[in-house]
Amino acid sequence: MRTRLVTVLLAVIAAIMAIPAAAAADAPGGESLFGQIRVPGGERDEGVEGIDISVSQGDEEIGTATTDSRGEWEVEVPDAGDYRVVLDTATIPEEYELLERPAGAERDVTVRDGQPFAVVYRLAPPGEGAVEESPSASASEDEDDDAGGSGGEGEEAGEEGVIDAPAVSSGASFGERAVQLAVAGVIFGLIIAISSVGLSLIFGTTKMINFAHGDMVTFGAVVAMMFSTMTVFSSLHEVVENVPVLNLVANPLILATAVAVIGGGLLGLLLERFLWRPLRRRHVALIQMFIVTIGVSLILRHALLIVFGASRSKYEQFRIQEPIDLGPFSITPRDLGILVIAVVVLVAVASMLQFTRIGKAMRAVADNRDLAESSGIDVNRVTLYVWGMGGALSALGGVLLGLNQTVYWQMGFHLLLLMFAGVILGGLGTAYGAMVGGLAIGLIAQLSTLWFSPQLMNAWALAIMIVVLLVRPQGILGRRERVG
Amino acid sequence: MDFMNILAISLETAIGPITAIYVLAAIGLNLHFGYTGLLNFGQVGFMLVGAYGVAVCVTTFGLPLWVGFLVSVACATVLALLLGVPTLRLRADYLAIATIAVAEVLRLLYRAEFARPVTGGVYGRQSFADRFYDVNPIPSGSYGVGDVDFSANQLWVMLVTWGLAAVALLITLALMSSPWGRVIKGIREDEDAVRSLGKNVFVYKLQSLVLGGVFGGLAGAMIALNQQNITPDQFMPQVTFYLWAMLLLGGAATTWGPVIGPMVMWFLLTAFDESLRALSSAGVLEFIGNSEIGALRHAFVGVALLLLIVYRPQGLIGNRKEMLVNVK
Repeated sequence: MRTRLVTVLLAVIAAIMAIPAAAAADAPGGESLFGQIRVPGGERDEGVEGIDISVSQGDEEIGTATTDSRGEWEVEVPDAGDYRVVLDTATIPEEYELLERPAGAERDVTVRDGQPFAVVYRLAPPGEGAVEESPSASASEDEDDDAGGSGGEGEEAGEEGVIDAPAVSSGASFGERAVQLAVAGVIFGLIIAISSVGLSLIFGTTKMINFAHGDMVTFGAVVAMMFSTMTVFSSLHEVVENVPVLNLVANPLILATAVAVIGGGLLGLLLERFLWRPLRRRHVALIQMFIVTIGVSLILRHALLIVFGASRSKYEQFRIQEPIDLGPFSITPRDLGILVIAVVVLVAVASMLQFTRIGKAMRAVADNRDLAESSGIDVNRVTLYVWGMGGALSALGGVLLGLNQTVYWQMGFHLLLLMFAGVILGGLGTAYGAMVGGLAIGLIAQLSTLWFSPQLMNAWALAIMIVVLLVRPQGILGRRERVG
Repeated sequence: MDFMNILAISLETAIGPITAIYVLAAIGLNLHFGYTGLLNFGQVGFMLVGAYGVAVCVTTFGLPLWVGFLVSVACATVLALLLGVPTLRLRADYLAIATIAVAEVLRLLYRAEFARPVTGGVYGRQSFADRFYDVNPIPSGSYGVGDVDFSANQLWVMLVTWGLAAVALLITLALMSSPWGRVIKGIREDEDAVRSLGKNVFVYKLQSLVLGGVFGGLAGAMIALNQQNITPDQFMPQVTFYLWAMLLLGGAATTWGPVIGPMVMWFLLTAFDESLRALSSAGVLEFIGNSEIGALRHAFVGVALLLLIVYRPQGLIGNRKEMLVNVK
């Protein structure tokens, strides 16, 4: 965790430093992409020469550049717009390797009118990461804010379709890395579990696979992002800043999370009340419903894209934290918070399902809709509650995921496949199955990076799902159903 | 705002190479969903292996182009078997999840670092299509009527792709009027009834999956030749959703549905795009930039899917009774 934070911070600092350097050397006119690739740990003008970078838009190549003796490169682009920048890793000198932070060799960037855009690539000696520079991290909190305004966008492009893996220092021993990854896996798994309880219960009660569930996760994260930056909340926070407990409770992000959870619940309720229930009344077949959920997910996702933009960002609150050392592993207070909240919420949901009337009704409807209806349960009302709960939980999952990683418009969609994997592994339609399955998938995804490339962590989780379909299609906790 | 120009561009797209490619893939999807009732949400995976079949054979291994096509077909077949054997015995929605997951895993695998020597990783593969354009029999120049015109190379791709689509259409037509086609349609209507007649439902479904997948693979190969440059990230799950919207618009389980659907859809999409762009450059809708237009377009596909399914599940030319499939 520490290295990851540190590298992100260093990238931001590098972005700040790269801009004046390049601007002084050659004031770029109009739109261009530029950057400086420096010798790791070297002086400001010690660049790495001869690295090839190409810029393209769509399928059309715009231009290429090679870094000069100062490590600087620049590619003029014809117009403001979206470009893809690709660094040819084959041209990096043998003694260095490209840091996968803030993103890989390939970036998607958006150039604005009349503005040169800095693309930050960082090199490191192989295997070393940026560990030795860590002391500078704590001092950089202020610069971090500056970067957001001036040129920190260089870090915004992430890897398409790959949920980030924690960069555990490869120098650590296998055992340490395993423990650290297991902790990251538990956190990731709990987030999947929280988000997918609703998915599984919705399937149980309506037999419908909700493809829009991932976008409900994004919805939560984005709503929290918008409200946490609102001045009302931050001024409210300032009032109680010195009161110990209220300081935390009135933190803009915590308030925004509450708004997001309520909003997510409302979204679920509205969808059920005004879309799915009327559709069920019209006796629309399940496959058709399934396709409608895809339509809803496309609408929701792209509405969020228009509102939020294509950039990746992190919550301003709880951003920079010193990890706490807990014997075999260290964890930031932020991740510890995620862990505690996730466990508390899951236990609360489980006891609600186990002990309350409505919880029992939910499980009954999920188990057998007709039987539940004939024993006097108001199935429509229960379904409405399931949607509300599912929406609220997925919104919470979204905030936690955004806090753990980054917020971007496709985060939920990328999580969706892992949620499916978790739900199928645990058993479609069972709430507890979703919890167990989600946790397992999170662990599998993170631990696979011990042996395999982090790029493939999602692939491993999905592969597990396919294996489960092959040998035990009803999942771990599911009941065997006679099919085919 | 030049109305005629927008119309011309939209028409050009509606009969152009991209539409032909989508028609070919939609014919495969129609075989899966329309006739057999299989929920294949990973058609883009077949297109991916098809495209890379050609590109990798030619660039990485230096084989001739026709071998690339054979490899594309072989890859699509293997993928269909891999997908079908575990999931076709299960309920239909398991296939849906498995296909979309496998398509995504394939994309991640093809773009992964270790696959770089073969697939080119994130950079993809380029310059493998020269030999295809070398055999172009059409003399160079531009052909067309009025504002609608194509270059010789575009025309060559269109000729081949529409030709492949026609062949695929004929195969589907012939199969569907054969005993095999009746069993396939029977499976869609009531699997248990067909099983009780002693048919091996699993094998029939698998055959349908393979055939439709091969059409998807060929569509992918044509994508590669049309663009002469492929990267794994072109093959996002959205492509499958587009195909579904197009198929449902045209009408699933009809012969001409998968042809009409993509043509109408691409016409509408391009007209939608171009009008928005014209409006935004004319200053009417200033707040809409290029990226918003793309997002609005995807949202538009979502709305189209939703409205079609609710109000006209049979599509433009379909038969409503045939579309009331209810997979158990």
